[in-house]
Amino acid sequence: MARKTSNRRKLVLTIIAWSIGFVIFFPILWTIILSFKSEGDAIKTPLQVLTSHWTFESYGLVQERSNYFRHFMNSVVISFGSVILALIIGIPSAWAMAFVPGKRTKDVLMWMLSTKMMPAVGVLVPIYLMFRDWGLLDTRTGLIIVLCLMNLPIVIWMLYTYFKEIPSEILEAARMDGAGLRSEILYVLTPMAVPGIASTLLLNVILSWNEAFWTLNLTAAKAAPLTAFIAAYSSPEGLFYAKLSAASTLAIAPILILGWFSQKQLVRGLTFGAVK
Amino acid sequence: MSTQASRAAARLMISPSVILLFLWMAVPLGMTLWFSFQRYNLLMPGQGGFVGFDNYKYFLTDPAFFTALWNTLALVGGVLLITVFGGILLALLLDQAIYGQGIVRVLVIAPFFVMPTVSALVWKNMLYNPVNGIFAYIAEFFGFQPYDFLAHSPLLSITLIVAWQWLPFATLILLTALQSLDSEQLEAAEMDGAGALSRFFYIMVPHLARAATVVILIQTIFLLSTFAEILVTTNGGPGIASTTLTYLVYVQSLLQFDVGGGAAGGVVAVILANIVAIFLMRMIGKNLET
Repeated sequence: MARKTSNRRKLVLTIIAWSIGFVIFFPILWTIILSFKSEGDAIKTPLQVLTSHWTFESYGLVQERSNYFRHFMNSVVISFGSVILALIIGIPSAWAMAFVPGKRTKDVLMWMLSTKMMPAVGVLVPIYLMFRDWGLLDTRTGLIIVLCLMNLPIVIWMLYTYFKEIPSEILEAARMDGAGLRSEILYVLTPMAVPGIASTLLLNVILSWNEAFWTLNLTAAKAAPLTAFIAAYSSPEGLFYAKLSAASTLAIAPILILGWFSQKQLVRGLTFGAVK
Repeated sequence: MSTQASRAAARLMISPSVILLFLWMAVPLGMTLWFSFQRYNLLMPGQGGFVGFDNYKYFLTDPAFFTALWNTLALVGGVLLITVFGGILLALLLDQAIYGQGIVRVLVIAPFFVMPTVSALVWKNMLYNPVNGIFAYIAEFFGFQPYDFLAHSPLLSITLIVAWQWLPFATLILLTALQSLDSEQLEAAEMDGAGALSRFFYIMVPHLARAATVVILIQTIFLLSTFAEILVTTNGGPGIASTTLTYLVYVQSLLQFDVGGGAAGGVVAVILANIVAIFLMRMIGKNLET
């Protein structure tokens, strides 16, 4: 008897949850569907859209007319470049703070975090003027530098929380066995740190890929990543549903897939360890 | 084992990031502060000079400032309201035993990974558009006139887009917090005769309060900088109906080339964000001790 009611309860809850999930996902689903339609079919009524002919032509047209691939590569270079640079700077810092904590380690960590709280618009003017004077406007290098500095606090914080979880007894054991600093880092720490570093890379690449304040304000055409490229579709003359959908689908697909793998890291990385 | 030598090495390893972050924060912020006391318009070179608090006076007494401040508060408040309450309900639902839980979770989380310009354009064209949008079809299906969302209630429309993007974040954090709740405590309460409602209000709500506070503080920091969604959908309009503080500073400094006025606005934005940041830092700092 109890089993039966709980089964019915499970079924009802399942239907509710799936409906809500569908509604939330719908804008993305609809974009994906429209991307496989011709321009003429994409603006018909929803029912006609679903029954109309499926085609890949929009994907070809997006590349042909706007050199989509170059903007895609800009996004790849900028997001991975900025995060790898941040990792190179951040790994030694996080390592030192986790394994050789000093009296002021906590203050340093909190101070780093506080730089993240500064609204970008507060430094927009000077950064823009400096970039203009140094010839960094609309260059990948400029964006890599800005996004690296923007993500550096998150990178260090995430690495710190991961490194902190590596038991220091293991290091002591390795030292007892006569391991030098070099082999200690190479054979003991690195294998244990790799998963944490990978998660940090993943989440920060997602954040950089989607960053849309600096990328919109500091690029024009040459170095524009996908965020800026898609924004160009907002002008009325650029209003082509199928092509917009194809460009959007290509822009979000890689990150959607990466994102689904990083759900857990997302919570940890964005709450700075406050919720685990 | 942490000898003098290893301490020195540690300091050497930490210093690059400290120096870089210091430069990244102090130099531009100092320049913003400096510009904010200068007459500095890129269209009028040569007309410089110290003007005291004039830029602040103009920025703060500009009627656009009050509209922008109000719009910022309405946007942040509206998104927080939707995401926190929606997030709690969704987290409670996803915490239940349902078929295909993993898939539903994936569907619900997806919007967070969509770049702001894409989500703004998708909502603007595929959903809100009064001719071809889905909402217009739904309205017509039920015999109503299609409503031009972005023209008639621009701020509410943008709030909905941003809330859609942040609902997954709130849900995910609240769900994580919910799952860390001790199930024995709930069972014990049930044994003692606590109903579902009192279990929710006396055990779950206090447990979720901390996570909800974290959600509110972090989202506020990010939401104060909402930019792409406004730029792509309404350009701050019609008029200044959907101009926020961030957007106003952008217009003033990069579109009207008024560096001094924009800088004053930037300083005001920094001060507002810092008020929120102080609370957030205090919470995270407490967590670091335990």
